[in-house]
Order: sequence, then structure tokens, then C-alpha cells
Amino acid sequence: MIAGHLPVLLVVLPLMAAPVCVLLRRPAWAWTVAALASWGAFVAAIGLLLQVLDGGPISYPIGGWAAPWGIEYRLDMAGAFVAVIVSAIGAIVVPYARASIEREVAADRIYLFYCMYLLCLAGLLGITATGDAFNLFVFLEIASLSSYVMIALAQDRRALTAAYRYLIMGTIGATFYLIGVGLMYMMTGTLNMADLALRLPAVAETRTILAALAFLTVGICLKLALFPLHLWLPNAYTYAPSAVSAFLAATATKVAVYVLIRVYFTIFANVDVFETMFLREVLMALAVLAMLSASAIAVFQTNIKRMLAYSSLAQIGYMVLGINFATLTGLTGGIIHLFNHALMKGALFMAVGCVVFRLQAANLDTIEGLGRRMPATMAAFVVGGLSLIGVPLTVGFVSKWTLVLAAIELNMWSIVVAIVGSSLLAIAYVWRVVEISFFKPTPEGAPAIAEAPLSMLIPTWLLAGACLWFGIDASTTLSVARASAAFLLGGAP
Amino acid sequence: MTFPGLFNYWVAIALMMIGFYVVIAQENLVKKVVGLNIFQVSVFVFYISISKVKGGSAPILSDGIELYANPLPHVLILTAIVVGVATMALALALVVRIQDAYGTVEEDEIREREESS
Amino acid sequence: MNPATVILACIAVPVVGALLVMLTDRRPNLRESVTLLSAATLFALVLSLHRGVAAGARPEVLVAEMMPGLSIAFAVEPLGMLFALVASFLWIVTSVYSIGYMRGHHETNQTRFYACFALALASTMGVAFAGNLLTLFIFYEVLTLSTYPLVIHAGTDEARRAGRLYLGLLLGTSIAFLLVAIIWTWSATGTLDFTPGGIVRGSVPDSAVAILLVLYVFGVGKAAVMPFHRWLPAAMVAPTPVSALLHAVAVVKAGVFTILKITVYVFGLDVVRQAATSEWLQYAAAATIVLASLVALTRDNLKARLAYSTVSQLSYIVLGAMLATTGSIVGGGLHLVAHAFGKITLFFCAGAIAVASHKTEVSQMRGIGRAMPVTTFAFFVGSLSVIGLPPLGGLWGKWYLALGALEADQAIMVAVLMVSSLLNIAYLMPIPFRGFFAGRENARDGAPDDRGAGILEAPLTCLVAISASALASVALFLFPDPVFDLLRQLVTP
Repeated sequence: MIAGHLPVLLVVLPLMAAPVCVLLRRPAWAWTVAALASWGAFVAAIGLLLQVLDGGPISYPIGGWAAPWGIEYRLDMAGAFVAVIVSAIGAIVVPYARASIEREVAADRIYLFYCMYLLCLAGLLGITATGDAFNLFVFLEIASLSSYVMIALAQDRRALTAAYRYLIMGTIGATFYLIGVGLMYMMTGTLNMADLALRLPAVAETRTILAALAFLTVGICLKLALFPLHLWLPNAYTYAPSAVSAFLAATATKVAVYVLIRVYFTIFANVDVFETMFLREVLMALAVLAMLSASAIAVFQTNIKRMLAYSSLAQIGYMVLGINFATLTGLTGGIIHLFNHALMKGALFMAVGCVVFRLQAANLDTIEGLGRRMPATMAAFVVGGLSLIGVPLTVGFVSKWTLVLAAIELNMWSIVVAIVGSSLLAIAYVWRVVEISFFKPTPEGAPAIAEAPLSMLIPTWLLAGACLWFGIDASTTLSVARASAAFLLGGAP
Repeated sequence: MTFPGLFNYWVAIALMMIGFYVVIAQENLVKKVVGLNIFQVSVFVFYISISKVKGGSAPILSDGIELYANPLPHVLILTAIVVGVATMALALALVVRIQDAYGTVEEDEIREREESS
Repeated sequence: MNPATVILACIAVPVVGALLVMLTDRRPNLRESVTLLSAATLFALVLSLHRGVAAGARPEVLVAEMMPGLSIAFAVEPLGMLFALVASFLWIVTSVYSIGYMRGHHETNQTRFYACFALALASTMGVAFAGNLLTLFIFYEVLTLSTYPLVIHAGTDEARRAGRLYLGLLLGTSIAFLLVAIIWTWSATGTLDFTPGGIVRGSVPDSAVAILLVLYVFGVGKAAVMPFHRWLPAAMVAPTPVSALLHAVAVVKAGVFTILKITVYVFGLDVVRQAATSEWLQYAAAATIVLASLVALTRDNLKARLAYSTVSQLSYIVLGAMLATTGSIVGGGLHLVAHAFGKITLFFCAGAIAVASHKTEVSQMRGIGRAMPVTTFAFFVGSLSVIGLPPLGGLWGKWYLALGALEADQAIMVAVLMVSSLLNIAYLMPIPFRGFFAGRENARDGAPDDRGAGILEAPLTCLVAISASALASVALFLFPDPVFDLLRQLVTP
């Protein structure tokens, strides 16, 4: 009975729990509601993935209105896979947030934080589940608006300007997306993705559809912070509360990447998008620029959260690159990196959050000798960092392997060089932190601090452990990513 | 094509450009929000324009009305307006908080104060 | 126990040893017993595999499938058998030596030292027994990471700089060249298993083979072919046991071992011989041999001199691999063994001198022979072996390398070997000679002569280790047959 309604439960559960948080007001109760809702969503997502693995894509007409008139929820392998990782991160961040948020957000606003957190989760999961282009816009805005609020909840006043800037850029991006959808509707008279895919080829050559494609691409790239549309991201991740940085870095941009995949490989499935308007060349150049320039900038950051933010920009470049290859291996690489990067960036931001919890700030000069004082936290950071570099036995290696393999298959040697170059820069920025925290003596008069509380350490290590687990046994994730990619590409002639 | 022809679309584009320009060029955070709003409204105008059917009336179910405008974009835009209002409210709330924290809503002054602190 | 279990135990024993070392942090005597015990167990295990492999068996074990078609697997073949025997035997010797050295030198962080040492040995075993390129690459990287804390053991700024160079060069070359080469091989051949006769024949075009060979040789940064040799002298800031076992045996030999293994099992000898670039790589190796020897002449610091000597000697083996004749491969293998025993003796002596007299520069060591006769004599023996003079094991390697060069019609390489031997004499022999004979005349110049005064022989455990490794060099000259027998299996299918 319930199994049939899982697609909608996935979204409704956190959506309905959000106002409950506001009604309860007490932080502890709000937390309990948030925890239950996010864990429920995780279970639902797992159930959906199993269903999809078992019986192929699931279609769920909302309110019984059949597509293409009603809104259809449609989960294929890629959607279910992204839903699993998003809800997993959501479920892991909640226990972590309890202590962290208490320290970083004013006490009378904590229940509001959990409300926003659940709305954001609902929005992100909605994006993965929906099969309707306009509905996707609505979910995108739900997720975005709540993340602006979550960023602005931090005590630092710079968080306010960061949130404001994110709001302006994010709204422009969303509005661009809306224009794109409008133009497509104008030409096809449908908003259902599967229906769009069928009707677009007939009008693909028109200027309207080209404009739609351009608007969609730019709008989504603003949301996923592809270089040079990334200006909102570093400040937003730096000044947001740590739990928020961890959550957003691991999910929000990933979901935007997922939207890009949806647009290119579902909506435009029967149109060769990459051959129009030099799209492939432009996106590939931007991805490579992102990988190299953002990694290079990361090397010079002293604030560790900011460093990780720039590293995220570079990693987004990898994902866009994988999408751009538009081959089976390439798209697999993009999707698997989406999954893997969520794990490693989540672990890294959470480890830094533990440091912030004890030290109020995570700068290179405050973490001297921290490896001795907070060994478990910093060890998790090392695992995440090695993943970023792409050392074998971590998830980063699997991503890098797949992407380099895809580039070699296409004989794109300059791309191989770029991927390798970006990894070398990653060694530089990750190792500065490792070296300072483990191999510099603790400065005289440094505050005596204990390890972070277990409620934060365990979630951090869950993700760090996942970085190792899925790095050693990558067969499961890779085969799901591969099946998703095959399904997405299958629509193309 | 007779007047108004593509008039609506030209208006939408003009509004869009005006809004976009204001967002980019203004230093004042409130004016930026206003620009953003104009930008969004242009899209609403655009959506409503595409739903117009020549000679059609409003899409109200009633006797004698055979030809009516496509109602779906209207519905969509109602949703989008809600989203727009929410965005606006949040943006203005943020501006208020920024005013409290920095004592100004001018971007260059904020930057100065961030650097000096 | 069946061989598969033994192989896994060879990896597990040092890892368990490392854990136990960490647990026995507070009780140094117990901790050192753990180290000795695991070293002895490891050697016994490796030795138990020897009989089967010598008789032609090739025990295999599959650990896990990491990605579809790519697994972590071990397979023991003669070259790996030999390398594992050498490394595990010398671990016992080095452990004995370390006890005296680390305590005599009052080093800090001894637990971290012993734990990382054991982990390094585990990864060395992994490299030696790797059944495919992926497994080899994994353990190769783990070896780099596990030795990094040993390199910056001292925690000084100099040590940290050296550590950066160490990690940057080793990780950098392996990611930039080796990983790309491996993925390329995988993409072209669809297998990474080590197969007698090679896997690239027929599936990779000649031009690609030529480039791949270059990528492999320079990608294995641990082989220290110029210009990627700088990490090795830098690593000499580590405590002497580290320099002795890891930077004269385990780490560097893992590098040349990898090159030999790739030559034999990935390319196949005739493919290498016919590759367009193998001759250029021979010249690169020859240049490294001569240049590094010249640099060694100019170094006054004893360990730096030995380090450059190692750089030079490693390229003998690279040269042997690139000549790719029966003789040169056997010669390379012999040299791998002989140089291990010779160079470790020299490092042990350098460390013993540093402990007993705090002298690190060659120019300070006049007359040291009378205070430390055993040590200085052992240094003499080690020098003879490295130079390649009878009655020491070093002779065989050079002999067969020269034969191999003639076999490949590269008479000039024979000349290079001879010049290098002369240079070896020039930079090594002065040390024992001045140690024994140069004391008296100095006493006459009226300079305050404290040489010999107040200096006693090194700690007993150090002397035991030194004598053991020196005697092993002699034994290798007298009884080289077991080594020959193993190596012959390599070149006769």
C-alpha cells in the first residue's frame, strides 16, 4: 500500500514536517521532528531505488491526473540514485546539526532552522522526483529560498550579505530557467518532461528552442555555480553555519547538476544538444577553467571553509565535464562523481564544523597541532582530503578513474591533462591543512580543547567511512551510475 | 502581423532588460530588489502573452464561450507570483537585517565596513 | 596454511603489528618486542611461500572487486617473491638496529615511528605480491602516504619542506603519469593483470606503446630517474633506520621493482626492445647513473652522499629493464637484491656513527675507524658491494647488466657502468680509508684533536644489525644460486 505512494511520500514527509517544527517551537522537539522526517525520507528513497532497480522507472500521477495534463512524478534510476544520496546526507546532517546549530545559531531561532532545513530537503527531493518542468522550478525555489534563510541564520554579519548575494544570483538563475520552460511550452504546449522529449525534435531547429536551451543552460549553471557564474558560492559556504555548509555543499549544487542532466538527457533526449551553438565546446572550456582556476585559488585560502568552497567549484567542473562527454563512461563519471563528491565534501565540511565547534574559527593559523588535540576529527578530514586528491581506496579515485577513462576513450588528451592538473593542485591545498594540523607543534598558550562531541563525530565518520567503503567496493555505486547513464543515453537516437 | 502583434513580447524584453540592468548597476540593495522584481514581472508578462488566443475570451467556463485563452500559463504564473512574493519578502527581510548589522544598505559602504572590521 | 591465506597474512601481519604498536605505546620494551615479533613472523610467512614459487607455482588470491572488471588481487611470481624476501628479511635486521638507534638518539614520537614503519612494510608486501596494475598502484600510493610521517619525523621546518617535496613528487608523478598510463592501458587492452609475455601486444599501436613506456618510467617516481629524483635526497632528513630500510630498500626498490615488473609482465621484453622510446629511456637512465654519481662526489653530508649514490644505483635497474634482454633483466633483479644489502649496511653505519659521535659530515670522520672499528669495517664491506667488487654480492648484478648491454648491442652502456664504478670508488672509498688511516697526521697540525676521544662503538643492537647485513652481502657473493634460479624463471617462459 505505502510502497505505491513512495514517490510522493519522499517529498511530502519533510514538507509536512516543516510547519510542525514551527508549531512545536521547542528546539529539542523541532529537532526530533526533523530527524524523524529526514530519516523517513531516507528510507523512502532507499525503497524507491530498490523499486527502480527491480522494475524500471516509476510513474506517479499527482492527484490521479494523468500526464501530460496532470503533474507526473517520475523516478528513473538517476533520479532515485540522487534522491538516495540527498536524503542520506539529509539524514546524517540532522544528528550532527543538533550540537553544531546550538553553538552557531541564536537560541530563539533554532526551531526555524529545522523548519527551513526540512523545506530545503523537501525541495531538493522534489526536484529528483518530479517529471514536470514547471514543478521542478517550484521545487528549485523552495530549496533555494530556504537555503538563503539557513545561510542568513549564522551569527556572522557577513552571512547576511552572502545570503543576499546568493538570493539575487539564485533568483536570476531560477527566472532564466522559467523563461526557458516558457519558451519550450510556447513551442510544444506541454510541460511534462517525457512529453517534451517527444515533441521537441520537430521544432528543435527553431530560434525559440535555441533560446530556450540557452536560458535553461545559463539559469542552471548559475544554480550549480559553474565558473564564471560562481561568485555567490564561496561567501555563502564560508559564512553559513557549519551544518548548513555541509548540507548545501553535499546536496544543493549536486541537485543542480542533476537538473542539468535532466534537461540535456531527458527533455532534450532526442535532440543533439551538444552540437548546437558550440554548447559542448563552451561548457567544456568552462568546466576545465573551473577545475584549474578554482583549485588554484583554493591553494591560497587561509580560511578552511572558503578553501573547501573553492574546491567544490573545481569539483563541479568535473561533474559538468562528465556530462559534457555525453558518452556512457563520461556520464557515468559525472553521476558517480556527483555521488562521491557529496560524500567527501559532506565529510570535509562536517570535520571543519567540528573544528569550528571547538575553536569558533577554522583558519590555517588556528589549527596548528590540532591533529593531536582532535585526532578523530582531523583523521576524518584527512580521509576526505585524500578523496579530493583521488588517492586509491577512496571514492575520489573511482571518480577520477572513470572520468580519465572517458577522456581517453574520446582521445581528449588535453582534458586528461586538465583533470590531472587539478588533482595535483588538490594535493597542494589539502596537504597544507594536513601538514599544519598534524606536524606542527601545538602553539604555546593554545586553548586546551577536547575532541568534538560524539553526536558530531559519529555523523562525520559515517560519511568519512562511506568515502572509504565506496572507494574500496565501488562496484555497487558504479553499476547503478552506469545503469542510470545508460538509461539516460538510451533516449537518444 | 497587425498591431499589437509582437508588442507584448517587446514589452517583456524591455522590462527584462530594465530589471536586469537595475540589478547589475545599482549599489543600493533595495533598488536591486526592485530591479529583481521588475525582471521577474517581465517573465510573468511573457507567460500571459503566450497564453493569449486570438479572439478568445478569458478562460471562464460559461455558455457561449467557444474560444478562450489557454488557462494553464495563468495558473503557472499564479504559482510563480507566489514564489516571486516570497523571494521579495525574504530579500527585503535580509536588507533590513543588513541595515541593522552594517548601518547601511549601500553595497560599496558595506564592502568598506567589511574590510575595515 | 594454503598459499592464498599466507599471502593475505603477509599483508595483515604488519598491519596488526602497527595496531599493536599503537596499543603498547606506554611500554617501549613490549612495543619493540611486537615489532620484532611481527618482522620475524612476516619473514617466516614469506619464506614459506618461497619453495612453491621456486618450483613454479603461482599462488593467487582475489580480495575484492573494486570496480566492474577491476579487482584487488594478489599473485606471487618470482620477482615479487624475491623483493618480498629481501624486504621482510631486512625489516628484522632494521628493527634490531632501530631499537639501538632510536633510543641512542633519544628520538621523540617513537610509537608513531614504529607504527608507520610497519604500515610501510605492509604496503611493500602489497606492491610485491600485487596481481595486477591496479593493486600495485594502490599499494604504491599507500606506501608513499605511510612513509610521509616518517620523513617529517623530526618536525622541523626543514623536515616539513622535505616532506612536501617527497609527497609532491611521488604523488604528483604517480597521478600525473602512472595513473594515466594505467587507465590508458586498461582502456586499450581491457585487462590490467600481470601476464607473462605482456598484455599490450597486438592491442596497442606502436606509437602508443612508445608513449606509454615513457609515462610508466617517469610515472614511477620512486625509481628516481632524473629529473624526478629530488625527493630522495630530501627524504634523508628522516631518522637513519628509515633512510636505510625505506629509502635504500623498500620504497626505492618498490619503484624499480614496478618498472621491472611492468617491463616483463605488461609490455613483454621484445615489445620494450622494439619500442621507439626505449633507447631514449636507456640514455635517461645512463645520464642519471653518471650525473647522480658526480653529485654524490660533491656532497659532504654522508647521508646525502649515500642518497645520490642510491639515485645512481637505481638507474642501473631501470637501465636493465629498458635494455630488455635476458641478461639485463636478470642483472637488474640481482642488482635489486645486492644493492639492498650493500646500501642498507652503509646507511646503518652512517647512523651508527651519528649516534655514537654525532658526526654527519664526511669531512668530520677522519680517524673514526679507530674509535669504531667494526662500524667502519662494515662500511668498507658495504662500499665494496655497492661498487661491485668481489668477494661481494654487488658483483653479480653489474656483471649481468654488462652482459645484457652487450646482448643488446649497447657497448656504450658497458662504458657507462664502468665509469660509474670508478665514480663509486671515488665517493665511497675515502670514508673508510680516512676513517682508518687519517687520524695521526691530523693530530700533528696542532688542531684540537678530539677525534676518537670519548667516542665509543655504536650500541650493541646496531652492531648486530650492521654485521648481519654486511655478512649477507658476502653470502650473496658465495651463494647467488637461489636468486638466480628465481630470476631465470622470469626470462624463460
